[in-house]
Amino acid sequence: MRGWRNRVLLGLIVVLTVFSVVTVWPSEPNRYLPSFIPWPVGQGIKFPWIKIDGGAITFHLKEARAMRLGLDLRGGTRLVLEADTSQAPDVNVDQALATAAGIIENRVNKFGVSESEIQRQGSDRLAVQLPGIDPEKARDLVGRTAVLEFREPKFDESKNILTCQGGTVTYNPPGCDGGQEVAVPVGSITQQMEEGIIWVPAQAVGSDGLQKDLTGRFLKNNTFVSANNVGLPILNFEMTKDGAPLLEQVTNRLIGLPMAFFLDGEPIRGTDNRILAPTVRAVISDKGIIEGLSADDARLLSIQLNGGALPVPLKVLQQEEVDATLGEDSVQQSVIAGEMAILIVMLFMTSFYRLPGALASLALFVYISIVLAIFKVWPVTLTLAGIAAFVLGVGMAVDANILIFERTKEELRLGRSLVAAIEAGFSRAWSSIRDSNVSTLITCAILYWFGDQFGASLVKGFAFTLAIGVLVSMFSAIMVTRTFLRLTIGTPLARHLGWWVADVAQVRGPAAVTPAPGMPPQSASGGGE
Amino acid sequence: MFDFVRRRDWYYLLSLLVLVPGIISLIIPPSLKPGIEFTGGTTFTVRFAQAVHQDALRSALSELGHPEAVVQRTGESEFLVRTRELEGSAAAPEIGPAPPSERDTIESGLRQRFGDFLDNNGNVSNRFIDFSSVSGTVSEEIGRNAGIAVIFASVAILLYISWAFRAVPKPFVFGTAAIVALLHDVVLVLGTFSIFGKVFGMEINTMFLTGLLTVMGFSVHDTIVVFDRIRENLRRGEGRDFSECVNASLNQTVARSINTSFTVVLVLVAMLLMGGVTIRDFLLVLLIGIISGTYSSIFVASQLLVTWEERDIQRLLRRLLPWRRRPAPVETEG
Repeated sequence: MRGWRNRVLLGLIVVLTVFSVVTVWPSEPNRYLPSFIPWPVGQGIKFPWIKIDGGAITFHLKEARAMRLGLDLRGGTRLVLEADTSQAPDVNVDQALATAAGIIENRVNKFGVSESEIQRQGSDRLAVQLPGIDPEKARDLVGRTAVLEFREPKFDESKNILTCQGGTVTYNPPGCDGGQEVAVPVGSITQQMEEGIIWVPAQAVGSDGLQKDLTGRFLKNNTFVSANNVGLPILNFEMTKDGAPLLEQVTNRLIGLPMAFFLDGEPIRGTDNRILAPTVRAVISDKGIIEGLSADDARLLSIQLNGGALPVPLKVLQQEEVDATLGEDSVQQSVIAGEMAILIVMLFMTSFYRLPGALASLALFVYISIVLAIFKVWPVTLTLAGIAAFVLGVGMAVDANILIFERTKEELRLGRSLVAAIEAGFSRAWSSIRDSNVSTLITCAILYWFGDQFGASLVKGFAFTLAIGVLVSMFSAIMVTRTFLRLTIGTPLARHLGWWVADVAQVRGPAAVTPAPGMPPQSASGGGE
Repeated sequence: MFDFVRRRDWYYLLSLLVLVPGIISLIIPPSLKPGIEFTGGTTFTVRFAQAVHQDALRSALSELGHPEAVVQRTGESEFLVRTRELEGSAAAPEIGPAPPSERDTIESGLRQRFGDFLDNNGNVSNRFIDFSSVSGTVSEEIGRNAGIAVIFASVAILLYISWAFRAVPKPFVFGTAAIVALLHDVVLVLGTFSIFGKVFGMEINTMFLTGLLTVMGFSVHDTIVVFDRIRENLRRGEGRDFSECVNASLNQTVARSINTSFTVVLVLVAMLLMGGVTIRDFLLVLLIGIISGTYSSIFVASQLLVTWEERDIQRLLRRLLPWRRRPAPVETEG
């Protein structure tokens, strides 16, 4: 019965380990492993993943191709930005920052920076990590004033809106990729069709006779939200002197049609994620209002129209630049250092604890592949401190095994059978493994909070990786090692006591047993069976 | 069986001898050399293609408007420079290209005087190798939060120990002994870095604090393993008295303590020797802290339990104050 259970456990462990190894196998194995062996090249892994998004559950293929490396390993820039509320005292900082984060993310993604991280920090700050970007470029991306555009839908002579059907709508330049433009009367536009509207920049002829895009620079920075006589929000806005005739031309031809606002080439969306596109009801020249928005949307739009860009000016509080080449070397050096260290630990364990030590080394391998797989799939941003935490986790995993094996040795010395000694070793060592790991987890939690408070991602990463390490080490050192040991006990390996303990003489016969003072001498029945 | 508890006075003395230089260094201001994360300012690393003298660099920086710059040689014609917070690096630019910042001014000024820079691969470059800047407002907060984190961690650990050891007689003594061992390790690390700061100009940063908090976790980890065994042996009535019980427990756990620390130290030394420079200080904190943590779990925390039980302090007082002398109880031997 028990053997059956252990075999199932072993099967699970093997499956988990194989999955983990396939997941973490590097795409350039020669960088980290002895290069004289032709290692297969890792491809990363794709596996089905469940995504829960606002109640809707979707399945998709999640891809884990490469480890996500922190700035210290990849190079790049880290900025801590603070909302400068002195210039916009009435702004809702919370909402403004959320919007600003969205805008920055959008810009950064368009710039082709992969794996950027933008995080809220405290009440009025943003921490922005931009791998592979130098600080000047980063400051430009983050602090630059965005282009605000007024856009109109593409429409035909009879004011039917052209929507993109069967393809993807593009905004820059406006078009319909792989689909057909279908004319739809305004009244028949459904919510689904909204996303298919082809928005083109609203143009008009300026007083100098030139064709101009109607952009944020023709808008005064004094929009405000008020309420109409039934208490619904109204967004009030005003054009500059140059802008008024432009808007007049645009609204004149758009009457009955919607108008949208684009920031950096992307439509401004409401809290329901629909494009904010109020319908033009009258010709507007210098002053106008937008009705029919929800209170939140009105405030949001007002902020963005005013700022022309970031809803609140951001000040750089902290910036850090790490040279990418330093990072590359560091990764390789640290990985190789870690490998050497782990090898030495395995050698030590095997020479000191014999067969159990070898099995613990195997469990250590399981631990390492699982932890690395978690890092890759989660993904956890790996920093040098994270690598240190990972290696400390190795220490913890080994510690649990050492506790168990020392205990097992003692029980053997007291004359228990091998099976009983091993089981006792696990159960007796458990309380100290639990207590000591809990104290480390407490420290991790505090470190995480500490790092979170001021965006020290290095500290946060360390705490998070150490916590994962501690949790997985409890699984590997206890579950995995125990399964291995239980399965070996049933085999002929268990007959050689010398493979189980180094100092057999102390364990073998009753004569060799030296009872501890204060303890009644017990008769020993050395050996396994 | 080795008698751990008899010579406890010597262990205390050894601890004191190791701690005192650090404590003295901590008393002499500045006790620790704070990095820019705690004071605000800018640091950058620059590597020149030609040989540059440290004094020449210092006077060049002073001509460029930075007489406050602290220059430290980190390699052959590679320098770590620390200045006040450079302006221009703290303001996001308006539309258009950013105006030349103070950083640009320094970079071009230094290139004019000393020629090209090199990057990490030894290629000619016109930029510093790394650059970081922290404004004063953040640094104040970081300092405060660090303090809160350390205090919070100590309290949480104390609470956990008193809870985990609630079943033993006098859990308060166990908790206090663990905290004293913890302080022992923290003071040793702080003292060592205080001396390093004065001798090598080593600065402390957030990674140092992370290391310190980790050491606190590990110190307690070690102590708990020993205390757990004492707890179990007390329940089983091992030994003739308390000190024998503690001694037996130490003998039973000493192999584990040494082996565990040995493996962790092994890993840390490998990382320290071969790993990147960025976390060198951090690894050093861990290394010192973990060795100290193992020592203190055996030679401080457990010994303090015996000291309390055997009323050593009362005995010491009697010896120091002869008029209170009474026949001392016979010392127990293991």
